[in-house]
This record gives sequence, C-alpha cells and structure tokens, in this order.
Amino acid sequence: MTGITGPDSVIFTARGNELFMYVYDEYDHKIIGERVAQFRRQTERYLAGEIPPEQFLPLRLQNGLYVQRLAPMLRIAVPYGMLNSRQLRKLAHITRYYDKGYCHVTTRQNIQLNWPQLDEVPDILAELAEVEMHAVQTSGNCIRNVTTDQFAGVAPDEIIDPRPYCEIIRQWSTFHPEFAFLPRKFKIAVAGTLSDRAAIFFHDIGLQLVKNSAGEIGFKVLVGGGLGRTPVIGSVIREFLPEQDILTYLEAILRIYNLHGRRDNKFKARIKILVRALGPSVFAEMVEQEWQNLRESASYLPKEEIERARSFFPEHAYERGLDDVDTMAPVNALRGENREFGNWLSHNVQPHKVPGYRAVTLSLKFTGVPPGDLTDRQLEIIADLADRYSFGEVRTTHNQNMVLADVPAAQLFNLWQELRQAGFATANIGTLTDIICCPGGDFCSLANAKSIPIAEAIQREFDDLDYLYDLGHIELNISGCMNACGHHHIGNIGILGVDKKGEEFYQVQLGGNSGYNAALGEVLGPSFSREDMPKIIRKIINVYVENREGEEDFLNTFTRIGMEPFKERVYAKA
Amino acid sequence: MPKLSKNGELLADNWQVLAKDATPAANELGAGNWLVHINWYLQNQEALADASNVSVWLDSDDEATSVADLVNRLPVIGVNFPVFTDGRGFSIGRTIRERYKFAGELRAIGNFMQDQLFYLKRCGFDAFVISDAANVESMAQSLRDFSDFYQAAVDQPLPLFRRRAQ
Repeated sequence: MTGITGPDSVIFTARGNELFMYVYDEYDHKIIGERVAQFRRQTERYLAGEIPPEQFLPLRLQNGLYVQRLAPMLRIAVPYGMLNSRQLRKLAHITRYYDKGYCHVTTRQNIQLNWPQLDEVPDILAELAEVEMHAVQTSGNCIRNVTTDQFAGVAPDEIIDPRPYCEIIRQWSTFHPEFAFLPRKFKIAVAGTLSDRAAIFFHDIGLQLVKNSAGEIGFKVLVGGGLGRTPVIGSVIREFLPEQDILTYLEAILRIYNLHGRRDNKFKARIKILVRALGPSVFAEMVEQEWQNLRESASYLPKEEIERARSFFPEHAYERGLDDVDTMAPVNALRGENREFGNWLSHNVQPHKVPGYRAVTLSLKFTGVPPGDLTDRQLEIIADLADRYSFGEVRTTHNQNMVLADVPAAQLFNLWQELRQAGFATANIGTLTDIICCPGGDFCSLANAKSIPIAEAIQREFDDLDYLYDLGHIELNISGCMNACGHHHIGNIGILGVDKKGEEFYQVQLGGNSGYNAALGEVLGPSFSREDMPKIIRKIINVYVENREGEEDFLNTFTRIGMEPFKERVYAKA
Repeated sequence: MPKLSKNGELLADNWQVLAKDATPAANELGAGNWLVHINWYLQNQEALADASNVSVWLDSDDEATSVADLVNRLPVIGVNFPVFTDGRGFSIGRTIRERYKFAGELRAIGNFMQDQLFYLKRCGFDAFVISDAANVESMAQSLRDFSDFYQAAVDQPLPLFRRRAQ
C-alpha cells in the first residue's frame, strides 16, 4: 500500500490483541499523518531544487534519514522498544519491498534500514503510520527516541513501570517547537528497576523512578552523562522530583541547554560539556530558577493523565495462581536429557514477576550474521511466535536482541524448538559473544574502522559454549569510531576502531560498566591490527581466568587486580 | 524586504534594522521606523523614551530578560537567527511571550528557513522577514503543516493531554 498522501487517508485497521501498548487516538493519527505529508512535500521541494541541501539536512535527519557510505539509511523509531506483531509484519514488508530484505536493531532500541531510496522514504513513512509507527526525531539535533529497560512491566525487580512515563515524554518531545534545533542531539532514558538496564548514567538525561518515604512516585534526575568522544557519567541534579512535575522540569533543563550549550564546536555541544563547564550544582541551580517560572504552567501533569498513560500498559491476561516451581519442574527435567535446551534455559530465559511465566531473549548474535541484523522472513517468524507465545508483543533491547516478555513457562520447550529452527536460540545472552556492535565501516560514513568483522572474528575464536559459560557474564562492546554507537566505553571489554594513516586499528578498554555502579573503561594501551584482535581478547580472557577467585565475574576480577596484569600479558615481548 | 504574517499573508514592512555595530547618536537616526539592537537601545533609553519609531531586536546570544521592562512600550521586537541551525531564538521568543507577556509584534529576522516557520509561529512569532524571492504560497503552506500538537506553546497554551481530557 503506497501513495498515501495526507492525513485523511490514514488507515485505521482492526486491532488484534495489541491492547498492551500505547494505542493512537485520532489526535496521534492526525499529527503523525500530517508529518508524513509534510516530509513528502519537503522531499518533493528538495528534489525540485527548492530546498538547498544544507537546509534539507536537518529535515531529513529529523525524519530518520541519513545519507551513508553506500546509500541512505532510515532509522525507524521503536518507542521504548515496544512492538506488536502487526508492526513486525509491516516492518517485514517494508524491508522486503523497499530494501534488501533485512534490517538492523540499534543500541537505542530502534530499527534501521540500510538501503532505502530517498524518493520512496515518504511512502515508507506512510506505511509505518498505518501501524502507528514513524521515524520522527530518530536523528538530528533534537530530542531523540526515549529508551528504557527491555523487561519493563515484567521484571521482578521493578519498582514502577517506566513505560507510561516514556509515552508521556514521547508525546511531549514529539515536534516540540522550542527544542528542534538544539546545539546537539539529546537522549533521555528512564529506568524503574533496582538494577539499571537502561544505562541512565550515560544519557543526556537519565531518569530513575523512585518512591519517597511517603510512598509517592517521583524521579531521581541525572544530567550530562554520555558516551561519544568525551565519555561522562551523569550527575544527579535532583534526588526526588514528583512525577507530576516531570514535563515542566524537563522543559527547564532543555531550555537552559538550548540557550547556553555550546554551538561553536559540534564536539563540545552536548549537554555534558555544559554541565561540566558550569559544574553540576550551578547547572542544577539554573534549572531550578528556570523551573520556578514553568512549574505551575499547564504542562504540569494531572494525576488523571498519568493514569490514562498507565491504562495503556495493563497486565496481560495471565493465567493466575500457577505455582512457579511446579510449572518449571517438567521444564527443568528436560535439562538432563537435552543440554542444549538446558543451556538456553540458563542463559536466554529471564525471570518474570508472575509465577509460571518467563521472559525469553531471542539472540540476534549468531556467528556469521552482523549483531542485531534480521531478515524480512525472520521478522515474520518473530511476529508469529509473539502471537502464539507472548500475547503478540515483542521488545527490542539496547543490547541488540529481541525479547518475548510474557511466555508461559510450560511452553518454553516448544518455543525453544521453534527458535532453534529460526536461528534465535544461540544460548549466549550475557556472554562474551553477545556482542554489542555498531554497523561500523561496512555501512557508516562516520566510522574509522569496520566493526562487524571484528565481532565475527571474536565469536569464531570463542566458539566453545561451555567455555563461554564458564567465563560467566562479560559484556564486550565494539564501536567503529569515537562516536561510540557500540557503547565501547561501558563494555567490560570495549573495542574502539581507530584510523592510523588510512589503516584500521583497534584500541582496547577494560573495566566499563553500564549499571548503577557506572564506570568508564580504561584504555589498555597501544592499539592492535584487525588480525591480532581475536588473540588479544584471548590473552585478556586468560588473565581473567587465571586470576579470578571462585565465581567472580570479569568485572570484579578486573576491579580487584587492576589493569597491570592485563597490560603485562598483552604487551609482553614474545 | 517583505514580511510574512503568521497567517501566511504578505505584508509591507516599514521597519529597518540598524546593525549591531552601527552606533549613531540617538538624534541621528533618520526618518522612518528603526529596529535597533537591544544594547544600543538600553544605552540611549532616555533619549528614546518618547520615540515611537524606534524598537529593538535581539541577537541569539542576548537574554530575553533584557526586554523585561520594555515590553509595554515596544511595538515590535525582532529576534535574529544568525544561522538556521541556531535554535536559541525559539527559547527567546517563547520566553518574551510567556514570561514577559509581550503583546506587540514578535518578528523573526535573519537566516531562519521556511521549514522552521511552523515552529516559530508556535513559539510566539507572528511576523517573519523574508526575501523578495521567497515563494509566499509555499511558505503559507509550511505555516499550516500541522493542525494540532502535543505540547503547550504560545499559540496553544494547553497541552494536548488537557484538551483530550475535556
């Protein structure tokens, strides 16, 4: 279905069981439809020479469209990682019809197409609008897609479900007239759990949902975190912001940044540079003053609006009263006769707040396939599996995997068999080969070096699953340049592609941590050639294995023994 | 240069902009209407107290607070966009309208672009100085790109969530 030209022709299709996520009303349809029509006219004006390229640049970026090394690249928003099966099928159709039959899950939970045609992008956006999707503000110097924990709403350690707040922030930030030409891009993440799975310390604004002593809901507010060429851990500027104040307070932060952030040097334009230059307490004071003018404005959130947002994320129709141990007993019994299944249960299946249910991570880290890549057919298979096993719902993760969040435990073996056939059952979640990796020099025009072949070489070097399990939890992240899309600073092992006189080299960092105990990795030393990388990682792992005490994981061993033993081994003269 | 209204009509303009680095004495300003830089205006404020043909413009690095005490006497406030990527003027405009309740003409001057007109209008701008070659019909369309919006701004002080609830 192409050629939709205006808001009048937006199609309302019958809904299936997708009553678990935000549902557009007439306003949302109108606004997103008008956006599609706007970009169609802008593209036509550009192709007719009526918009100069430098002016078209921010317009296409704020519609998700980059021009990359080989072709345009379209980044489709997946708001806080939630998708339904109907949307997955639409994405499958789009990758097949407009692209080369595959797409890519990004580290910000979005989905990228690598080969769309510029003049067809308005048609793609119109198709997305049919299923309540868009590519709004997925790039450009504006407020980007808000991200959260992939286990939101089902995690046993969740204090408050972050998704209603994510949706409120999504609406507020969409086409915000004051903040569409910021000094630089602006990323917000929300976490509502005891352990941070949304990397809130490394966002321009990180919000942690908390309850105060009176039991009221609010946010701990962090600003100025980020990766990129100047990695910084965010600073807390407010310990408790009541939930109803969130939009007015965000508006105050953004206004201070918009007015005072540096615009003379794009490498110093992120809010982290401003916060560091002023000092977090001075910045906090400026925000506080600005906020006094805004806090009683109409953007103060009524309780009813929070309730309305919450109503879109009800619990599924779970079978209640299941005994978790009883339900899992026959499933666990299969471990003995089927080790592969047992491994998968141990690594790719996560706990669920409802007894008798589990969240299942689909590994998109199959050796030989770029991390995060999916074919059109695989998208359809996931849609079918979601319908049959998980209420028609799927999540993308910032680790570039996908999640079926609500699987009945009794169905795990059946699901595993189907996942195995489809190539999603690699039992490596949380291990060394569950690598976060940017598209790198194979696709991205910013990259200094390729990253996908490095990921593959390391996956091939460590192909023994038992050995991987023995190594335990290790995060290995690869970025093809210092823009750090592969989050190399916060990998326990981080790899950064660098360019030395036209040749690709790789720098290694150790000790990064993306959780609430946030830490940035330290550089090991001089960089290595691509061919050397697998054996360098092997040496690093050997140092860990030889030094670990008991069940200690890589990060704890590193923290205890420090950089020196790793340095000595890796740079030892042969 | 012609001026576009927020409704997309082309209007004649009879205000001239006095550059920031021009520093005539207050009595040397020629006949006609002048938009002078805020700093020059503040320095010559006493001499200009009764001058209805002089108003001010702000650059993107000027503070909106500088006009706080002037809003009742100025007929026009200009806000300059040195380059279209410099978005400070959006915050300046909105602050002048919402905090200082300026009711006169708020005009965008400088190098903003057509596809920003809609956002400028939302931030309180009601006049846009455009080039003689501008395609007014196309610009009028850009001003109407959206018929509704999520968040509160000058043109619609109620966020959608308050209107949805009604």
